[in-house]
Amino acid sequence: MTRIGVITFPGSNCEHDTVHALGLAGADAELVWHRDTDLAGLDGVVLPGGFAHGDYLRPGAIARFSPVMGEVARLADEGRPVLGVCNGFQILCEAGLLPGAHIANRDLAFICRPVEVEVVDTGSVLTRAAEPGRRLRIPLNSYEGAWVDPTGEGRVVLRYTDDPNGSQDQAAAVANQEGNVVGVMPHPERASEPILGSDDGLVLLSGFVEACREVKV
Amino acid sequence: MKVTVNIVRRPDIADPQGATVARALRDLGHGAVRSVRVDRSIHLEVDGDDPDQVRAEVVRMCEELLANPVLEDFDVVVEG
Repeated sequence: MTRIGVITFPGSNCEHDTVHALGLAGADAELVWHRDTDLAGLDGVVLPGGFAHGDYLRPGAIARFSPVMGEVARLADEGRPVLGVCNGFQILCEAGLLPGAHIANRDLAFICRPVEVEVVDTGSVLTRAAEPGRRLRIPLNSYEGAWVDPTGEGRVVLRYTDDPNGSQDQAAAVANQEGNVVGVMPHPERASEPILGSDDGLVLLSGFVEACREVKV
Repeated sequence: MKVTVNIVRRPDIADPQGATVARALRDLGHGAVRSVRVDRSIHLEVDGDDPDQVRAEVVRMCEELLANPVLEDFDVVVEG
């Protein structure tokens, strides 16, 4: 069984949904507290959405110093799959595991609605199972959701089709150059079964679980 | 010692809050407003006698946590 840790910070609020959805995608997912420093036996990790440490100072600024983050960085360096969703994406940027940073949405509105994203790069652990050009309908739920990357190092793997928030290059998901660390601003776990209105997120989560399974040798 | 850290968003990064405040000021009749940037300041009290040493330590705090180098520049003022 593929074991995936869902890191829970004080203020995370999507961790149980994420565990549930990863289960639908075929993984054995479990919660990992942010003070744990032993991730032995896990094939990959997910940083879920929420407001880690209250988003004080900047989203992710304090979470990046949580004790677990040293291990997350080590797994990322080893090439293991690491995914950050929404607040998790912000944390990965603050931690320097992904390029860029997040600022408030262009229109200063908290956006909470399904958006359409297009798969533009399948060379990441999140997008590997999706066909290039496929359009997915996934809920977006963020205020500081606009990604900016003055370095131009980010690899955009999902792009919004209608530019809801002013994100650079309309990026909805960004990977590191190796493709094993990915941040996604909309929530694939909230589009993981038909009863939720869409199960388009499942192809992303299934690809991620597959990537975790392959790394396990 | 009292120290103020001014954290300013780099000019090449958008500031939607500043743009909104500028619009509101113009709507109120302040047509002379050309642009607005909203920045943050953080006020600290730090033990120490040597202003240079205190300053150097607060600069390290900015690099480590208080400012995000992707988005922001900072300025440290030691007020004694």
